[in-house]
Amino acid sequence: MLQLFKFKGGVKPETHKAPSLQAPIAKAPLPEQLIVPLHQSIGGVPQPLVEVGQHVLKGQRIGAADQWVSAAVHAPTSGTVIAVEPRLAAHPSGLTTASVVIAPDGREEWIDRQPVDYHTLAPERLREHLRDAGVVGLGGAVFPSHAKLSAAKSVPMEELVINGAECEPFMTCDDLLMRERAEEIVRGITVFRDLLEPRKVLIGIEDNKPEALQSMREAVARLGVDFTVTAVPTRYPAGGAKQLIRVLTGKEVPASRRSPEMGVQCFNVATAYTAWRALAFGEPVISRIVTLTGNVETPRNWETLLGTPLGEFIRLGAPKPDTDRYLMGGPMMGFEMPGLEAPLVKASNCIIAGSPALFPPPAPEMPCIRCGACAEACPHELQPFELYWFSRARNFGKTQEYNLFDCIECGCCSYVCPSHIPLVQYFRFAKSEIWARERDKNQADAAKSRFEFRNERDEREKAEKAERLARAAAAKATEKPAAEKPAATVPAEETPPANAPVDADAAKKAAIAAAMERARLQREAAQVKNTDNLSTEQREEIARIDARRARAPAHQAVEQTDVAPPPAQEQ
Amino acid sequence: MTFTTPPYLTQDVSVRRIMLHVLAALVPAIAVYVALIGPAVLVQLGIATLVALLGEAAMLKLRDKPLALFLGDGSAVVTAWLVALAFPPLAPWWLITVGTLFAIVIAKHLYGGLGQNPFNPAMIAFAVCIVAYPSLMSQWPPVDAGNGIGEQLALIFGQAPRLDAMSGATPLDALKTALKGADSGLTVASVLDNRAVFGHVGGKGWEWVSLAYLVGGLWMWQRKIIGGQVSAAFLAGMALIATALWLLHPDQFANPLFHLVSGGTMLGAFFIVTDPVSGCTTPRGKLIFGFAAGLLAYIIRVFGGYPDGVAFAVLLLNICAPLIDHSTQPAIFGMKK
Repeated sequence: MLQLFKFKGGVKPETHKAPSLQAPIAKAPLPEQLIVPLHQSIGGVPQPLVEVGQHVLKGQRIGAADQWVSAAVHAPTSGTVIAVEPRLAAHPSGLTTASVVIAPDGREEWIDRQPVDYHTLAPERLREHLRDAGVVGLGGAVFPSHAKLSAAKSVPMEELVINGAECEPFMTCDDLLMRERAEEIVRGITVFRDLLEPRKVLIGIEDNKPEALQSMREAVARLGVDFTVTAVPTRYPAGGAKQLIRVLTGKEVPASRRSPEMGVQCFNVATAYTAWRALAFGEPVISRIVTLTGNVETPRNWETLLGTPLGEFIRLGAPKPDTDRYLMGGPMMGFEMPGLEAPLVKASNCIIAGSPALFPPPAPEMPCIRCGACAEACPHELQPFELYWFSRARNFGKTQEYNLFDCIECGCCSYVCPSHIPLVQYFRFAKSEIWARERDKNQADAAKSRFEFRNERDEREKAEKAERLARAAAAKATEKPAAEKPAATVPAEETPPANAPVDADAAKKAAIAAAMERARLQREAAQVKNTDNLSTEQREEIARIDARRARAPAHQAVEQTDVAPPPAQEQ
Repeated sequence: MTFTTPPYLTQDVSVRRIMLHVLAALVPAIAVYVALIGPAVLVQLGIATLVALLGEAAMLKLRDKPLALFLGDGSAVVTAWLVALAFPPLAPWWLITVGTLFAIVIAKHLYGGLGQNPFNPAMIAFAVCIVAYPSLMSQWPPVDAGNGIGEQLALIFGQAPRLDAMSGATPLDALKTALKGADSGLTVASVLDNRAVFGHVGGKGWEWVSLAYLVGGLWMWQRKIIGGQVSAAFLAGMALIATALWLLHPDQFANPLFHLVSGGTMLGAFFIVTDPVSGCTTPRGKLIFGFAAGLLAYIIRVFGGYPDGVAFAVLLLNICAPLIDHSTQPAIFGMKK
């Protein structure tokens, strides 16, 4: 029996899972149009490989990963590309994103699917294969999986944690996947295991899913692998990667470290499933299981083609008349879809039809009374109310001192707040402000070094010019015959030789200037300035301090933050 | 499109719900108090509530805040009730009015209103009035004075002369005064033998009020309205120093139980130091805050010149709370040693 650990905090909202568990997974019908965003994972934006009017096959790559942390996207069915253009994204902002729009031909004509025996592939090739099959974390974070499949160089991989917890209320897609396709999940896990070579494989499933636990245990037994399937206590956010790692291994991964550095890595069950399909069947990630639930007549899980517009998808569940919004993801961390034209993507694990009765409008925000309920609920043991005060006051330095970037935005603090303060929003605001300032600062630093470089170059060129002039003058002087020398001492009457355009006066001046410049350079060379011979880090430090001084009157508070610069957003 | 934000689920909690729980938890003590003293207690509660709501409304209006939302949060009523219960029940009407207004207008709203006050408003009211009107604030009626409602109303509203009959001292004060008498040579035991003033373990009758506060406090703890750590630490702080001195000089210092059920100990432990706004918030900070307040309350009530020390102890700790919080920040997930 595996010893379980506890994470502090967390909440127990009503699960609302039962309605969508009544029926097995069904295959969603082919929509009239598929809108496939090219950017469906963390990391780089895949480049389009198709043109308007081109015919594509089901599973054909339509967007290629453009860098290591990126993943390919594929045509979910066969048909014609009718547009490659920005379309409404599955994102709360309502912004658009580059998408490939496909009109299906209804023939569902596959590419030539080539199963591979992954044992024959070198690890590096295997990772590339997964990247090109578009395998990303399907728990909702959509981080490209291949980029997580390397152990740290210095730390042996101890545990591979497989996340079947599914702690968000309403969501049941992983539950049903584990019930119905456990064997393929387990086979996928063996691929991950072979790449990472952990000492143990631990599969964590919340104890409110006895059928999934049973099914996974049976699959593990049937395949004769040495994986531990463990029931973990149902408590949101037990399915957060860091929380599940904590519960199963006792390890706490802070924001400042990556889990492989602590000898542990975590994948979602659905990710393992798609990895296996990609290898054993040659099927790239073109569909996923999506829970459709909430204020609908027929809640259910659907195996849905990626790119299916929300409007077509929800018809499968027959939303009730008072439905006023659709959430993507769970009610704790999900967001409201910006419109029915937005497509389902790899991150779309659940669509919840909302109504005023189901999700009442938030109560008016009251002042914080420092009751500390949020601190007790925070699974990362932060002091959300302190972060709130500092975020509100735009004292971003203090927010970092109080570990703002360890916040996983799980929403537990907002959930328990008696003053109904949207705490997570304050933290997102503070984070984005800090990122924006960091970007500004980097730009300012770059501008400063450009400016300094130019100044240096100007001065060097000036010195070189003076040097050249002086040499020219000196050469002229020696050219003159010695006999003329006395005459030269009476410069006023002397006319310069025709072949010397520079008059003696100017030459003398140039010589003096050059001598002075040489002397200055010598002096500088002799006197070591305390700003010379610095390491790159020290120079950066100085540039940072200078930039800060420049900003100081405006943003006193931000000054203290430089201790731990936030990770710059790279996108 | 309106922009909505997760989480879309929230717990059924509100400031109002918390405040109503606190008020409900005070009811048992009020009931015992009324049974002992008479309806004067209710009159004082009524005056304080009315004044608090009027003061709150006026300040909200001045500060341009939504009236209904903030008047309905119940925080002003909680302050009013705590002021009324900390003040002598037969004090003139204007005394409680001054105290309550001071609490609401100055201690609460001038600092920024709900959630912003660095000091416990009820304790500010007590401190201001005991400094400004020491004799009125020290006149506590004996529990069996037996004056009727008419008499009590006349006293509160200034229609009757304030006589010695109703100007007793609290049991704490009585003990201290008796022991301090220059040539008294009395011991604690002999003083406590006075059955007119003292009951089983504390002041006659008052020990039951204290017990009712304890019951209300435990109920709040059970309902998770208060955490309990700070209350326990407060009682522990007071019990510790009381026990130490009592063991050392049983003739000069009353036993710890006497201190726990006398004066404002129980009211303080469950309704004053538990105020989250002016108290500490970190787990260790709460313990330090409560313990130090208990210790200090004992020192002030036994060695100081005031009848009780809870108010000053709490206010002094309120000053320290930000510093304590700052230096007791807990290690976060993944950062523990």
